[in-house]
Amino acid sequence: MSKPITELTSNRPVFEEHDPEEVLTTLNLGPTHPATHGVFQNVLQIDGERIVSGVSTIGYIHRAFEKIAEHRPFYQITPLTDRLNYCSAPINNMGWHMTVEKLLEIEIPKRVQYMRVIVMELARIADHIICNGILGVDTGAFSGFLYLMQEREFIYEIFEEVCGARLTTNIGRIGGFERDFNAVAFTKIEEFVKRFPAVLAEFQELFTRNRIFIERTSNVAAVTPEQALDYSWSGPILRATGVDYDVRVLSPYCSYEEFEFDVPVGTNGDVYDRFMVRNEEMTQSIRIIEQALEKIKGEPKGVFHADVPEFYLPPKEQVYTNMEALIYHFKIVMGEWETPKSEVYHAVEGANGELGFYLIHDGGRTPYRLHFRRPSFINYQMFAPMSSGMLLSDAIINMSSLNVIAGELDA
Amino acid sequence: MDKLNNQQLLQQLTDHFGEDITRHEEPYGLLTVHTNKERIIELLRFLKESVGFIYLTDITAVHYPEGENTFAIVYHVHNLVENIRVRIKVSIPVSDPKIPSATVVWAGANWMERETYDFFGVQFEGHPDLRRILNMDDMEVFPMRREYPLEDPNRVDKRDFYFGR
Amino acid sequence: MSQITLADRPPGVEGSGFFATTLDKAVGLARANSLWPLPFATSCCGIEFMATMGSTYDLARFGAERPSFSPRQADMLLVMGTIAKKMAPVLKQVYIQMAEPRWVIAVGACASSGGIFDTYSVLQGIDEIIPVDVYVPGCPPRPEAILDGVMRLQDIVKSESLNRRNTPEYKALLEKYGIPTDNG
Repeated sequence: MSKPITELTSNRPVFEEHDPEEVLTTLNLGPTHPATHGVFQNVLQIDGERIVSGVSTIGYIHRAFEKIAEHRPFYQITPLTDRLNYCSAPINNMGWHMTVEKLLEIEIPKRVQYMRVIVMELARIADHIICNGILGVDTGAFSGFLYLMQEREFIYEIFEEVCGARLTTNIGRIGGFERDFNAVAFTKIEEFVKRFPAVLAEFQELFTRNRIFIERTSNVAAVTPEQALDYSWSGPILRATGVDYDVRVLSPYCSYEEFEFDVPVGTNGDVYDRFMVRNEEMTQSIRIIEQALEKIKGEPKGVFHADVPEFYLPPKEQVYTNMEALIYHFKIVMGEWETPKSEVYHAVEGANGELGFYLIHDGGRTPYRLHFRRPSFINYQMFAPMSSGMLLSDAIINMSSLNVIAGELDA
Repeated sequence: MDKLNNQQLLQQLTDHFGEDITRHEEPYGLLTVHTNKERIIELLRFLKESVGFIYLTDITAVHYPEGENTFAIVYHVHNLVENIRVRIKVSIPVSDPKIPSATVVWAGANWMERETYDFFGVQFEGHPDLRRILNMDDMEVFPMRREYPLEDPNRVDKRDFYFGR
Repeated sequence: MSQITLADRPPGVEGSGFFATTLDKAVGLARANSLWPLPFATSCCGIEFMATMGSTYDLARFGAERPSFSPRQADMLLVMGTIAKKMAPVLKQVYIQMAEPRWVIAVGACASSGGIFDTYSVLQGIDEIIPVDVYVPGCPPRPEAILDGVMRLQDIVKSESLNRRNTPEYKALLEKYGIPTDNG
């Protein structure tokens, strides 16, 4: 077991330093190393198995999202947000829609909000499945990953039923959804809620009291709350250190304040705690979905978008027959809508932490500036400083437990 | 004790910084104060240590080429206990894009500032390791400045006449 | 009892006690059914590849049981996801390190053409730096599409000449990309 981190060194290059006895080895980990699950490069100086210092290089899939966003109308930015954190694309989509709705001050019907909550919580489960499954693989337990992957496929089936796509969903529109959930979707969601807890329990049984797993993860990469806050961590890894910061609770969006759920926190901030926090969050997500399904029953049927014809595309058959619909269709597609000149920051609790959208709008067709506050980017910067003193194998596990998604990291 | 609200916060800031809070507004309920680069670190430190804004949410920049050609450096900070956010803006000229680094207040500012440097070329003075982070090291321009095009200008397969322009 | 499907035998001459075909076809058959993939996953398509490798779709059925993370032991380079210009030299290096015979599948819109990211930082298709055998469309492609891409590659591999690496066309192709041809 490696020691908890007591002091973080700064994130500086190490190669200018002279190594008089030449005992250190330089190891280039990445950018295509299989153990890193993504394109991260870390050049580490190691003394035997122990890391002395390291430098992270990122940007290997930098795609210039923010520059593209300055050239796209609002509804064309949704597919970009898909590709930020592609493991939980719906949360990004909804976050972006809500940012625009906040800017345009659109009131969203309760039923749509509950539908969004369902989709977002399913996405959170799908994301946590990947992270915890991969953590299992990295510690040498492959079967847990395979058990959970089947459930993830089921979530993707639900997404297909709702919007037609699996991974990069482009789900919903500004103002609501493009279509109502059909009966099959509701049946599948209900089935998922019924069967997932058992699978999760089976998965947890494999790990939580497993001697090997505990030895590999407990006290590895333990972070104190002060360090985590100093580095602006957010999401499950911050909660694992014991800070109960959850955007869903602190700045509720989408009627999260009506739901009853717990925010799990850890005590130690180590890899084991992060694993446990994510597991518990999946359970809580199921609780939220159950409540949302119940609440939807009390709402008027068939409402799936807000009544804002100037921002929500009319149904296609009306465009061909109805003059008014045609005009709105034309105006929306051409970006001829009345929008305020203002700026807005909206944050949602992404699967990895606070996913923020900072939108500056000058009333034009495209955003003047759109900045994404990407949790993976901000969470990952502690990786190199926190690795010093750690064993190489622990650093790998630490990286999987941070759940850094390359698309979100490099934007 | 009552929750801290925008008015009280603004009062505290103007009491301490007086003239240096040049402007303020509240778009969508988020207090936004404008200050200058001489006192920005002092202001951030005051917010962190005296008012409890312990959480740095984000640092970014905006380029305004119209008029005086300036960058606005935008800080979002969050008080997790009182649950209130504040946005701080500093305007600096593009011809002399220098501002003190916030890494002395939050370690997490490191990469946020590197990203801003990478995109806009803003020099954060006192930053421990101000290098490019996302783009290639040998890139010569700062791509998010508005004068630079989105598409790669070196492309040969994309002729204008295919696109009617 | 599991049912084992045997690969169809190549066309040849058959008689009692013997079967004759060309060496090309026999080797092609063997190669096509034991393609070792090198997953070069950078972004979203990599997650769909994960599903393809996973329990529901199971790429291993096609003889690709062993994902090889070392380029030396791989036959089939699957490039999945956006390749930024920063990444391009790395990808080319990986391709050069692969031993002959080697094939490349560009999975997804980004690897094929740059996809929706027509920006200063993204390579507009990996065929600008390395030769590609099969393109799989989609953003990201469904696992079925990736499987189909692998099967199309199997068709290519089956029908390919044993001696491809020594043909002047192939050498000219590699030279066009500036890839050394003497390592095969």
